[in-house]
Amino acid sequence: MENAFGQPQSVVVLGGTSDIARAIVRKLCAARAEVVVLAGRDPRRLAEAAREAEEYGATRTEVVEVDAGDPASAGPAVAAAFDAVGGPVDLVIVAVGALGDQSTFEDDPAEAARMITVNMTWPVVALTAVRTRLLAQGHGRILVLTSVAAVRVRRSMYLYAGAKAGLDRLCQGMSDSLAGTGVRLQLVRPGFVRTKMTSGQKEAPFTTGPNEVAEYVVRGLSTNAPVIWSPPVLRYLFMVVRHLPAALWRRVADL
Amino acid sequence: MTRLSGWGRTPAANASVVAPSSEDELAELLARGPLCARGLGRSYGDAAQLAGGTVVDLTGLDEIGPIDESGAVTLGAGASIDDLLALSLPQGWFVPVTPGTRQVTMGGALAADVHGKNHHRDGSFATHVESLRLVTPQGVFDLSTEVDPDLFWATAGGMGLTGIVTRVRLRLLRVESDVVLVDTDRFDDLDAVMAAMVEGDERYRYSVAWVDCTARGARTGRAVLTRGDHAPAGARAPRAPRPGRLGVPIVAPSGLLNPLSVRAFNEAWFRRAPRHAREVPHSLGSFFHPLDGVADWNRLYGPRGFVQYQFVVPDAAGETVRLAVERLARSGLVSFLAVLKRFGPGDPAPLSFPMAGWTLALDLPVGAASLPEELDALDELVIGAGGRVYLAKDARLAPATVAAMYPRLEEWRAVRERVDPDGVLVSDLARRLHLVGR
Repeated sequence: MENAFGQPQSVVVLGGTSDIARAIVRKLCAARAEVVVLAGRDPRRLAEAAREAEEYGATRTEVVEVDAGDPASAGPAVAAAFDAVGGPVDLVIVAVGALGDQSTFEDDPAEAARMITVNMTWPVVALTAVRTRLLAQGHGRILVLTSVAAVRVRRSMYLYAGAKAGLDRLCQGMSDSLAGTGVRLQLVRPGFVRTKMTSGQKEAPFTTGPNEVAEYVVRGLSTNAPVIWSPPVLRYLFMVVRHLPAALWRRVADL
Repeated sequence: MTRLSGWGRTPAANASVVAPSSEDELAELLARGPLCARGLGRSYGDAAQLAGGTVVDLTGLDEIGPIDESGAVTLGAGASIDDLLALSLPQGWFVPVTPGTRQVTMGGALAADVHGKNHHRDGSFATHVESLRLVTPQGVFDLSTEVDPDLFWATAGGMGLTGIVTRVRLRLLRVESDVVLVDTDRFDDLDAVMAAMVEGDERYRYSVAWVDCTARGARTGRAVLTRGDHAPAGARAPRAPRPGRLGVPIVAPSGLLNPLSVRAFNEAWFRRAPRHAREVPHSLGSFFHPLDGVADWNRLYGPRGFVQYQFVVPDAAGETVRLAVERLARSGLVSFLAVLKRFGPGDPAPLSFPMAGWTLALDLPVGAASLPEELDALDELVIGAGGRVYLAKDARLAPATVAAMYPRLEEWRAVRERVDPDGVLVSDLARRLHLVGR
């Protein structure tokens, strides 16, 4: 059960090898998390993340192998993860996503479809299953990692950012649909984060590391903020950015 | 499904609420599956909720029997202290123990084994219970300190996890008036007020100190001590306390209670108190239940809610109280009200909170980034001193800490196991703290 500060005892992570998710899990395990179930594609990296969770205080970890390229796998993966917890699930983190260098695949329709599937369709199918289960539990929390890139889509990564934008807006509606149910959905919109996913990319202003994001996320669990920005200043920066004229935006976006 | 939370308004849970009107109905519910009992929802955390399960609202069992000449009365578990006083005070009977609110049921008072300002003299609630009736998955039991004392004491302070209390027989206190004569003294630091309490508490039935945890430096822990006893017969017969007329109609914006406003409140509270005053008459309501005058005052803490942290440490560890107050003042976390009191010896109940020593209660708004770790650090301090934290107030302890604070937990589990082998009685608190089999 989660405590008064939103600190969970049982956690399911979809996209369990994500650097940001791992940083969040480390903090949660140091607080109250006991059972952690990690779902992801790479068994070796899943095992490594599970071992890390135990080092930080988890008493039991399980892994579920799943490929986010196949939306049909989302429902069974969620079912397997909840079964692996074997009791109430306090927190579900949705951290599935793929970025890559768009210039190398933007002419490939199959790749475009894959980007939308991994970054939006699979997470939405999974969230649908998660939502039903948490509603039946009468409590629970969902953290969905999107990005500030979803607030204003950049030309150099419109496939990634556009898919995240879809996920982000959909989750705002889902979050509202949960009001008064004991279940809560919070969006996490980090700025540029130094991770394996972004390695090789040019760093943007207000770049942080995964631990800093995790810090703001843990704080957000206690304040129940519907959107957790990391760092928080980006909330105000993007109030401006989202209204910039397109010509100006094209110029600053590539800076 | 109904949305429920504790008095601290956190954490929330949805559950189906049913309100049985008879023991037969209760027995049927127990046969059906996991459930949790709830009264007026005054425990601060998740003691009276069960997310996704069934919550049994017992406020319908509110009958109050006649008061016999010795002051004993049989009440339904859902009757509140408020209900009781309305009936008993005009006849010259007061409750032997009352917490800071009249809005608690008999079942809740017993489940938390509540204490009041007179604990140093009169002990906690269960001490004044002659007998009780308990509906369990293994049948109905009539219990007292003579009949199955193990189950009686496991139920006192047992957080509703040994069964569902349907009736208690309580011994009341004879009073001649509805007035308390109160002595007030103001102290500029914590050591002075604690010394005064050690020296003088025995002369008073009621004693409690309010401590300013927001004052810094030499004035850290300045305090207002109020002590008193019931006044002798006056011109008019005792009357029941009047219901409060103020209320908080909406949830305040978060941040209304911030370091500035709380500091200002504490300053005003301290200055308002006389340095020394003797035998000033107070109404029962204003002395015992000042916050009952403001309905839904918990909404002042805003949508994030608040936690109450109440700990007790043995007499010899009075130093821990000072360390805790200093730690809090240093961290910049502010407590709206900090209440300090001396406990007398505890009762035989394995999970009852009070033990001879010092207890300090703090109200802290949720939201400050450092609060979770600060309270974890206070837990360590309290365990190191041989003390514990009050389960009825808790919304954030860790299972291992509870086991260290309540060394008789296993003994209590064994008694519980006898009446609930399949783990039907459960609550979010029990799940969070691993009090019962998972």
